[in-house]
Amino acid sequence: MRQFRQQEEVDFVVIGSGAAGGIMAKQLSVAGFSVVVLEQGGWGKYGHERDYTKDELLNRNLSFEDRLISDPTRQRNTFRRNDREEARPGRHSYGCVVGGGTVTYGGSSWRHLPWEFNEASTVGTIAGTGMADWPITYEELEPYYTQAEWEMGISGQRVDSPFVAPMSREYPVPPVSMKSSGALFYVAAAKLGLSVVPGPLAIITQPYMGRLGCVNCGMCSGYGCHVRARSSSAVTVIPLAIETGNCEVRVRSYVREITVDNGGRVTGVTYFNAQKQEVFQRAKAVVLSANAGESARLLLMSTSARFPDGLANSNGVVGKYLMLGGGAGASALFEHPLNDYKGVVSGTGIVDYVPSDPNRGFYGGGRMTSRGYATPISYGLGGLSPGAPRWGAGYKQALRDESRHKMSISCFTTQLPLETNRVDLDPNVKDEWGLPAMRITSTSHPDDIKNMEFFRQKSIEVLEAAGGKSVWAGPVRDSTGGAHNRGTCRMGNDPNTSVVDRFHRAHDVPNLFIVDGSNLVTGGRNHPTMTIQALAFRAADHLVRTARSGDLAASSGA
Amino acid sequence: MDATRVTRNVSKGESMSTQEKSRRSFLIESVSGLGGAWVAVNYPAILAAEEYVLKAAESEDQARFAFFTPEQAVEVEEMAAQIIPTDHTPGAREARVVSFIDRVLVTFERERQADYTQGLTDLAAQTQQRFPNASRFSELTFDQQLQVLTAIEDTPFFNLVRTHTITGFFASPVHGGNHDKVGWQLLGYDDSLNHEAPFGYYDALPQPRG
Repeated sequence: MRQFRQQEEVDFVVIGSGAAGGIMAKQLSVAGFSVVVLEQGGWGKYGHERDYTKDELLNRNLSFEDRLISDPTRQRNTFRRNDREEARPGRHSYGCVVGGGTVTYGGSSWRHLPWEFNEASTVGTIAGTGMADWPITYEELEPYYTQAEWEMGISGQRVDSPFVAPMSREYPVPPVSMKSSGALFYVAAAKLGLSVVPGPLAIITQPYMGRLGCVNCGMCSGYGCHVRARSSSAVTVIPLAIETGNCEVRVRSYVREITVDNGGRVTGVTYFNAQKQEVFQRAKAVVLSANAGESARLLLMSTSARFPDGLANSNGVVGKYLMLGGGAGASALFEHPLNDYKGVVSGTGIVDYVPSDPNRGFYGGGRMTSRGYATPISYGLGGLSPGAPRWGAGYKQALRDESRHKMSISCFTTQLPLETNRVDLDPNVKDEWGLPAMRITSTSHPDDIKNMEFFRQKSIEVLEAAGGKSVWAGPVRDSTGGAHNRGTCRMGNDPNTSVVDRFHRAHDVPNLFIVDGSNLVTGGRNHPTMTIQALAFRAADHLVRTARSGDLAASSGA
Repeated sequence: MDATRVTRNVSKGESMSTQEKSRRSFLIESVSGLGGAWVAVNYPAILAAEEYVLKAAESEDQARFAFFTPEQAVEVEEMAAQIIPTDHTPGAREARVVSFIDRVLVTFERERQADYTQGLTDLAAQTQQRFPNASRFSELTFDQQLQVLTAIEDTPFFNLVRTHTITGFFASPVHGGNHDKVGWQLLGYDDSLNHEAPFGYYDALPQPRG
């Protein structure tokens, strides 16, 4: 791997190596630019050329060096429902390894539908919310969705459905084998008149671009993939970036500030290395791809005379319109074994309730996905039906009776962007590096909660229609954090109401580009990764052209 | 002899009783003070837990306990055997969950050692309070043990032991529990690295998938 000297000015520093950062690094380095990628986490097992082990206990107890997810006891954060509450220690975490969250995610790769880019116009704005149209259309993004699907390696099946985004090209590899939970989705859908589609997944099902197909091991979401079938940034774009000889990935690099000169231009970034020593890396431009939470926090920490309230935050929008995501679900037991612990987490979706429907009396939509029981330890600790004993002879019998017979539905639902839901800096709590902890303030809009309740009821209906013997569903809960955070640096044409322009350039800073889930104006149906990847390919395309024209200094306009 | 005790002996069968006896003596006889000291010297805190468990798995010396005294190990095993009892299939005792918990307490969860020391002391006190003739939980009949644990099932200590028992029962056998994969067998869990469709009953049926 190419190594740059610290005093050397590189063309780009990319902060983060996940869904967006990995793609940015690859596209920029392939185009011939020098790139330093700064990643908070380590190389993971891939960097050591060792496979991830299929060991549930080890995966729950990885050493700090081997962790794949941030550690909320070190990368501290706090949470409160509203401004009147005192924030309490939070459990929010994010992918923290080369490849970011794509190393461990379930792999759902749904595109946003065309109308999700202008729901404010089509559905109408909702009083008290920040619902707004995107500055780009589906048609503009479609080629980049296709590029992402083919470059990352997405399995799936193109379908002709009003509830699924239209595609200009088929998926590069066929969908995963259907599981029993998927088969039961079809049973229920036939009775209820619903539409089931094979889920698009960032999990290849046959050899593709030098990697092998999924072996259905069952240790999937939350684990590194031991056969590299999951199309994470770590096994796709990052190796290609490194191969160019133009890209250096520096792990254990915890960025504390993006620095600017008196003219308000970015000069580079200051980060802590593994030894917690401060290092300054000069760069002609910075690409910030640290995920919605961390990107906003870093901007707010990067204060200067020119930007006293944080970088790119002259309008005060940075951190606002945070969307953590909504969810609901239900579980059931069936007469015959499903063995749903085998294979990917989720292979099918019911998509009829993706659009919002005014007849329901509230705004909201979502996707229902089928899934089975968890890995043995987590199943034993909390997977049984609610009436089952927690220990003793009855507990043991319930394990025997239920384990292979369980199916669950997880719904991914809308969350409206609210100005009051946000990431800012906790005034009292510091992280392990002595920096202000991320503080999350979030309460979902009442429509979001009604929508979650709607999906809870629909989940019960579907499981009953599928023939579930006993069906249960916990109460809906408003989110407090998690991997799907979006929306803190929203994209828009108006510099007064958005943080970046339609090509991801910060309105305030000509050589700062923010490319990740933070740009999402609306949250889609809480499956953000494919849209983040498409945005990254599109942003990179434009950034390469801008940089080649020597125009990194000027405001983008074009 | 009360009814529960009869059921217990019947359900275990003769071979299980023999097994239990040898297991009990195995616990007590195998653990000299040497075991703990040896581990303490050879596995300092800085050694990654992963290496520890892998080395321990290779070692012939699995009988020794690193943290528990023989007496403590017996008490913990009795608790674990209530949480996942032995019936016509193996329970926590046969899965050697106590060995798992012992290892966990010198690797992943060193910070929990004091909770066990204190918790077992409290357990003895709760035993004596309820059954003045007994000094230790392990001396009680199955039914009496059940009464004590039911009384403390909401305490942090009971829930810690529950979590560790279940975790040890279902973790990979390399960690000392789930001996002979008895935990996975209870679930019908096939730990093969690769699986092929059809996975279950419903996806093996003719499909409407279009």
